[in-house]
Amino acid sequence: MELIFEKSKPGRMATIIPDADVPETPIAGIISKGLLRDDVDLPEVAEVDLIRHFTQLSKRNFGVDVGFYPLGSCTMKYNPKINEEVSRLPGFTNLHPYSPFKFSQGSLQIMYELREYLSEIFGMADFALQPAAGAHGELTGVMVIKKYFERKGQKRSQILIPDTAHGTNPASGALCGFRVVTVRSNAEGGVDTGHLKELMTRDVAGLMITNPNTLGLFERNIEQVSAIVHGRGGILYCDGANANAFMGITKPGDLGIDVIQLNLHKTFSTPHGCGGPGSGPVGVRKDLVRHLPVPRVVKKGKRCDWKYDFPDSIGRVRAFYGNFNVMVKAYTYIRSLGPVGLKRASQTAVLNANYVKERLKAYYDLPYERICMHECVFSGRRQVKESGVHTSDIAKRLLDYGYHPPTIYFPLIVPEAIMIEPNETESKETLDAFCDAMIAIAKEAKENPDMVKSAPLTTAVRRLDDVKAAREPDVCWC
Amino acid sequence: MDYVPHTPDDERRMKETIGIKTVDELFADIPEKYKLKGFLDLPSALSEQEVAGLMKGISSRNKVSPITLMGAGVYNHYIPAVVGSVISRSEFYTAYTPYQAEISQGILQAIYEYQTMIARLTGMQVANASMYDGASAMAEAAVLSAKTLSRDKVVVARSVHPEYRQVVRTYAWANGYEVVEIPYVKSGELDRDALSRAVDDRTAAVLVQSPNFFGVVEDISAFEPTVHAKGALLVAGFTDAISLGILKPAGEMGADFVVGEGQGFGNPMNFGGPYLGIFASTDKFLRKIPGRLAGATLDKEGRRGFVLTLQTREQHIRRERATSNICSNEALCALAAAVYLVSLGKNLKKLAELNVKKAHYLKNKLAELAGWDAVFSAPFYNEFVVRCPDPAKVNQKLEAAGIVGGYEVEKDYSELAGAILFCATEMLSKTDMDRVLSIVA
Repeated sequence: MELIFEKSKPGRMATIIPDADVPETPIAGIISKGLLRDDVDLPEVAEVDLIRHFTQLSKRNFGVDVGFYPLGSCTMKYNPKINEEVSRLPGFTNLHPYSPFKFSQGSLQIMYELREYLSEIFGMADFALQPAAGAHGELTGVMVIKKYFERKGQKRSQILIPDTAHGTNPASGALCGFRVVTVRSNAEGGVDTGHLKELMTRDVAGLMITNPNTLGLFERNIEQVSAIVHGRGGILYCDGANANAFMGITKPGDLGIDVIQLNLHKTFSTPHGCGGPGSGPVGVRKDLVRHLPVPRVVKKGKRCDWKYDFPDSIGRVRAFYGNFNVMVKAYTYIRSLGPVGLKRASQTAVLNANYVKERLKAYYDLPYERICMHECVFSGRRQVKESGVHTSDIAKRLLDYGYHPPTIYFPLIVPEAIMIEPNETESKETLDAFCDAMIAIAKEAKENPDMVKSAPLTTAVRRLDDVKAAREPDVCWC
Repeated sequence: MDYVPHTPDDERRMKETIGIKTVDELFADIPEKYKLKGFLDLPSALSEQEVAGLMKGISSRNKVSPITLMGAGVYNHYIPAVVGSVISRSEFYTAYTPYQAEISQGILQAIYEYQTMIARLTGMQVANASMYDGASAMAEAAVLSAKTLSRDKVVVARSVHPEYRQVVRTYAWANGYEVVEIPYVKSGELDRDALSRAVDDRTAAVLVQSPNFFGVVEDISAFEPTVHAKGALLVAGFTDAISLGILKPAGEMGADFVVGEGQGFGNPMNFGGPYLGIFASTDKFLRKIPGRLAGATLDKEGRRGFVLTLQTREQHIRRERATSNICSNEALCALAAAVYLVSLGKNLKKLAELNVKKAHYLKNKLAELAGWDAVFSAPFYNEFVVRCPDPAKVNQKLEAAGIVGGYEVEKDYSELAGAILFCATEMLSKTDMDRVLSIVA
């Protein structure tokens, strides 16, 4: 498809600018010529060209509204339309962040109450809403840990991360100056507590666990893990990206978690927008609240306002207060579902994942034969061995069946991993049709491996040359 | 409303397949004593009609002003209807990061087009697919500079947005870097002598903004040699993205990175977010810059297509050796920016000029009032600082008239007591501004 630049024709325009209603002053008399640019090199198209271009592009894109999207660890549940509609109310969208607090009581109410709801759901003392995404929340959470030890006058240089944790965790730890040390998992897919005990010295700031972990398994030994980490004065961090598994069933705070980051764009149904905006609130236990980013929303009588004066805070991690518009959607979701609905969402997410696991386990290797939580992880190693068909081929073949593939090659400890997260918003018919497709592909892999290896056959473009893209980078139509 | 489609019969059949009697059995791995006995203490569920009413009620507790004089990092611009039309398409907004390129050509091509337009506007060779916001983009440029050069000091102009400086300090603290601030001179421009004294062999990056927080346009080319003479990198920010339509690109004046807030490109003010961080660099940093990059390539039949490329830079491959941990970015905001820029086209320059004209009208009129004076003498874009007898009272009067006033700069700059930062965009008519003048006079 042509680029917008290839559709440009000198003299066309889609937007006209109003004439000035103030006295015309020549710009050159205001700003010296050396500081001004000559021309703006942007495409020139008519409005109808613009709309057709982007509409055509949208037709070459796959979202949850197009079809089933079982992308593991990403919680691609249905994005309710009412959330979108209310988030576009002008009262929310047209408010300047530095508006007087009398003008922003509605927005402040949402942020104040969202903090309270999240604290209740996860059993934490308080939440900060400033981080813009999950990884940003991780970074903020690790900064809180760093600040905690700094204030205690303790120098701890390492942070432990299990091999079943999320992929962003090591970079988040390293960006706070910690040396990242990996903790092995045991045969059951949980943290190897013996190894943890060995590594957990007084030089270790804490453990960044993902629970349920990236195998989709709940840490059965969480009590022991918590005792080991806390016994050496460490902090137990939980990557909450998988929180869709346990809302209303258990609270991380009760399990000994001291710091947790959430992904509102996963668990709380806000759409992911092709990669953002997200929102990554960070919750902490009581004595860590003082370290959360500033400003924090507080209530004075019936009114809410910002409070900046927290001397032990880590400071700011971005300008203003966070991705407010995403918070409106998450708030709407929590109010729509209520306590009963949130619990049913988690129960159903787990039911659906176990159903898919049961239906597929005869056709794909299941490295950990246990009840899973909201996602299940298979291995494509049998297909590789039998017919040379790799997990990436299976994923590409799923495109021909009209599905977004699961997450593949993650977690790293499972060879040829296929990580399926079906979500609670999908019907039995959808799950059955997807399982049928997976079973059909397993059959095709045996009978016609070359066809599977050449998939996809029906998409707008065929397999793309990643190696060429990396070797001869073309990231700009310049 | 829980959006779960299962009927009781569906659930029964699924449980049979799994071989369980109750769903509770699926949670056997959670120690019994940690399971909640009742339900969470939250407000009860609402129907869609009820929740729509609730949210409308809450939104009406906000007061949206038709007149805003506030800029200070967020700008009230007109957003053409096409922007909302495109980003409301659910093929875009309900998709994840485009990991499966064959069914994500729409966003990948749009991001490639976004990258191209940002590169052109900033005078750079590379722009990424977006960062969280302008402040975190600036902080990440500082961290990248320090890691690339193995240096541990960051020099930042005091005329950079106060909140951006706070974010830079947070990221620098986490990495063990020193932050040194350099003052501005009477004109509102960066103090070049102080810069020369501050930049040394330990300095990784010098962070500036043009227009700066006071609206003043900096001559970046005048101090670029000072930065590079010591081997440091120059990170040039900006305030309102629309200013890129009129000002000489920082990339043409020697900047190594151009970073800033892209909100002005078609994204509403949204009480602080979501916005998008613009991050552009020279091609020297192509294999180091943080975040996603869409790149062109060919499919097996020789057709042009797009993929996320150079992923070995990123956290999920490089893990603890990555220079950034960014994963999700602000893709939909970047799409909005792309649509906005296509819609404006060459008229972006005319829009930026209109902002300059409006702001100069307001500044000239305010400066005529008794006891009011412009604080800085250097050229400015759409924001300016004026001193007046009582800024708090001025803002109170405006607030009483339902107008969002200016930014009282004294809270961040004690030496600027009595000063207010005002902004005028195309959204302020002459009538609006004349009304403001009559209120504050």
